[in-house]
Amino acid sequence: MLLEGKRLLITGVLTDSSIAFSVARLAQEQGATIVLTGFGRSLSLTNRIAKRLPSSPPVIELDVTSEEDLELLPKRLREHVDGVDGILHAIGFAPAAALGQGVLETSWEDAGTALHVSTWSYPALARAALPLLAPGSSYVGLDFDARVAWPAYDWMGVAKAGLESANRYLARDLGAHGVRSNLVAAGPLKTMAAKAIPGFHQFEDAWAQRAPLGWDVNDPEPTAKACVALMSDWFPKTTGQIVYVDGGFSAVGV
Amino acid sequence: MTLTQTDVLTGLAEVLDEVSGVPADKVVREATFENDLEVDSLTMVEVVVACEERFGVRIPDEALENLRTVGDAIDYIAAAGVPA
Repeated sequence: MLLEGKRLLITGVLTDSSIAFSVARLAQEQGATIVLTGFGRSLSLTNRIAKRLPSSPPVIELDVTSEEDLELLPKRLREHVDGVDGILHAIGFAPAAALGQGVLETSWEDAGTALHVSTWSYPALARAALPLLAPGSSYVGLDFDARVAWPAYDWMGVAKAGLESANRYLARDLGAHGVRSNLVAAGPLKTMAAKAIPGFHQFEDAWAQRAPLGWDVNDPEPTAKACVALMSDWFPKTTGQIVYVDGGFSAVGV
Repeated sequence: MTLTQTDVLTGLAEVLDEVSGVPADKVVREATFENDLEVDSLTMVEVVVACEERFGVRIPDEALENLRTVGDAIDYIAAAGVPA
């Protein structure tokens, strides 16, 4: 099994269509022990959905914008595992006013929230978990190709561009600890997060027309498999990279 | 097992109380989730998950979009709960 004996921290499990839910399921099937995180009002939802996994994992509280939660993370994790070999960062949020209005119309308050939750949190979670991260461990974040501008994605797109840069800096700074950091840039998937994006069908249509391998917006498993692969021992010298799991969409022009 | 409308109404009222603290007397067929019961989209997802567990039915996103009132939800669950 690909993740035999690995201890993983998996954020972002909200519903059973969450990308993180598929990662959690595959990770358990591949022999990993997992701990989930949930926060605020959605913590109880994560607790319910956790029971739908092959074996029901513990759920700890983590709001990435709370310094207190970040500080308490190692303690909360140690109640369930004695170390961590991999982390999935599946965290992003933008207020409605930062999506679909055009980037000119968004206040700093709304844009800042998007950047705080979706960009700043990536290095912040690594810092919080570092005391438990064993050499050889792998940090994986979920991305949406930020090299170009998309319809409606607006400040979330800016936040993802920052995430892509943060990933490279983190690779630099975690290298000495023997920890890898990589992103998986998925094609569009119909998750709770996608529901917040006005005109999601435009992405769906574009992918249907252009992705050489085809693309199913209801199937997070190809993306989850890439996350699991990156958390395995089979990418030992890959760090600071972005793996595109988009059916080949980004490789072709039209 | 066939779910009656009354079974579903009772169960749904208990779910709404547990998930969102909605008083049982407000859970009537005509009540809308969003306005009358103040159930927002995130809470609604949890209500759906709890209903799926409780009634052993599956409520896909496409169906969820059409569940505006308590009556809509009762009808959907009662129909989905009848074994084929």
